[in-house]
Amino acid sequence: MSSAQTDNGPLLAVSGLGKRFGGFVALENIDLTIATGERVGLIGPNGSGKSTLVNCLCGTLRNETGAVLFDGRPVDGLIAHERTRLGLARSFQLPKPFRTLNLIDNLRVPLLYTVNARPGHHLSDEQVAARCAELLEAVALADKARRLPRDLTQVEMRKLELARAVATEPRLLFADEAMAGLSPSEVEEIIAVLLRLNQQGITIVLIEHIMRAVMSFSTRLVVLVAGQKIADGMPQEVVRNPEVERAYLGE
Amino acid sequence: MKIGVFWLIAAAVGLALVVLTRLYFTNEYFFFAAYVVLQYVVLSTAWNILGGYTGYINFGTGAFFAIGAYSSVVLHKLPALLKIFDMVIPAIPLPVMILVGGIVSGMVGLGTGYLTLRLRGVFFAIATLALAVVVQTLIVNWDYVGGSRGIYMIRPPKAPLGGSYIQYLYALMMALCVISVGIARWIERSRLGLGFAAIRDDELAAEAGGVPTLRLKLIATTLSGALMGMAGAPLPYYVTYLEPASTFNLAYAVNSVAMPVIGGMTSWVGPILGAILLGTIQQLGSVGFFLDLNIPPTFNLLIVGVLLILFVIIMPNGIMGLISARQRRRATIIETALQQQRAA
Repeated sequence: MSSAQTDNGPLLAVSGLGKRFGGFVALENIDLTIATGERVGLIGPNGSGKSTLVNCLCGTLRNETGAVLFDGRPVDGLIAHERTRLGLARSFQLPKPFRTLNLIDNLRVPLLYTVNARPGHHLSDEQVAARCAELLEAVALADKARRLPRDLTQVEMRKLELARAVATEPRLLFADEAMAGLSPSEVEEIIAVLLRLNQQGITIVLIEHIMRAVMSFSTRLVVLVAGQKIADGMPQEVVRNPEVERAYLGE
Repeated sequence: MKIGVFWLIAAAVGLALVVLTRLYFTNEYFFFAAYVVLQYVVLSTAWNILGGYTGYINFGTGAFFAIGAYSSVVLHKLPALLKIFDMVIPAIPLPVMILVGGIVSGMVGLGTGYLTLRLRGVFFAIATLALAVVVQTLIVNWDYVGGSRGIYMIRPPKAPLGGSYIQYLYALMMALCVISVGIARWIERSRLGLGFAAIRDDELAAEAGGVPTLRLKLIATTLSGALMGMAGAPLPYYVTYLEPASTFNLAYAVNSVAMPVIGGMTSWVGPILGAILLGTIQQLGSVGFFLDLNIPPTFNLLIVGVLLILFVIIMPNGIMGLISARQRRRATIIETALQQQRAA
């Protein structure tokens, strides 16, 4: 997928995005631009609006104000599956596997409904099978290809979640707490997978609590606190920002 | 083409059953009873397309079924109505009525789907229950189709395929079975079925995977409703006296939920198994087959209820679920054995 806009503008441009639930302001006036190839860490305390932001950008929730441009194209008003087809993929904070489908069929869903739904793309049954095998191989799940998700361990479930997002051949991937609840060595594994994906050309936004993971992965850090963006910049500088320290450690 | 072969086999099985039963059974009552069982095969298969494949529980089977039946009543009376306006048309043949009944019910399915599919789980089920009440109220107050007092339906004098009219109805219902089972199996193996399964398992994840969930759910409600309507279309000629109380009988809704649940909801085989099992038990019950056990015919729905509860507790995935679980266990054992062998 190449596009004329790629060379000029940012891959994602968010301006003035706001979301409220009843009287509660979840997000307020968020501006954010992401360039192709970046590895952005999105951090913030619990309830600061990270997942809400991802939900708004991916079309799961509707933001009341603001505009979102993806690859120079306004995506406001597009429903989630339309955004996925444009190349905006996500993994879920709590893995949401298709529990009655084996791993191959879990991956066939995005292949048949996203990759094959793009104009000018059509994978044959053999190509779909080969792509499934390839994707499972990439996250070391090939052995369990015909198993159901309930036979997977927690880290394997996270990998399936990522593989399913990657199967859509995204240009931008939101990994929403892809490592929550994993052991340090498992975190390393997931980071390695994400770095490899980034090298393959996928721009990645990592939403994460584990600071060690975020710091080793990100080339840029964005901090949300109480629905507002309070910092955006080089990771080392952002973590030394007094406002960020206060949000995380208190006064 | 695997799918083409299946259609051929299904059609051949249907035809063979029609021919063989006609040769072996001289008692007309057999066809009366078998018609009902076949009707339940269609209803439960249709229900399962929405309920089993996409996970939306529909308690409105009776409504779709009755819409099919009453659209046949309208078509039956159409020549007489047009005569008033000096237009002469021949009596409308039953297969055409089935087609029209399917189209009308399908449209109603599409409409209800559009209005209710934003509701999840139990709320959707309640909405479909409400639909049944709304449709029944409309029919009861519509005098042209007999209103609450019902309407007599004179069967056409001759059965088109030779034999008695009930044998003709039985053959038509067998054809509907072949069609609905063929559609169900096709869905299961197609991209559509994969999308349905994704919706059933997790709608948000399905959307994130590119599945247009609303469009697919509308396809499911339309198809499911259309098949239910087709199953209902021959009913006026079967009962010859159609009235709302029995047409909207709770038994249709209960059975079309219970049969797939008992048979197994994830495969096209499940609803067939459930329909044959429960349908046959009820038919036997209604002729007093279980009187020796002190179970009178009026206990029919009770039997369904008890079986439903037993299955939900003991075998929540139905008969087919039991079989596929065993297969999966075997596969796992073989797989681990192979892995150990490789490791050794």
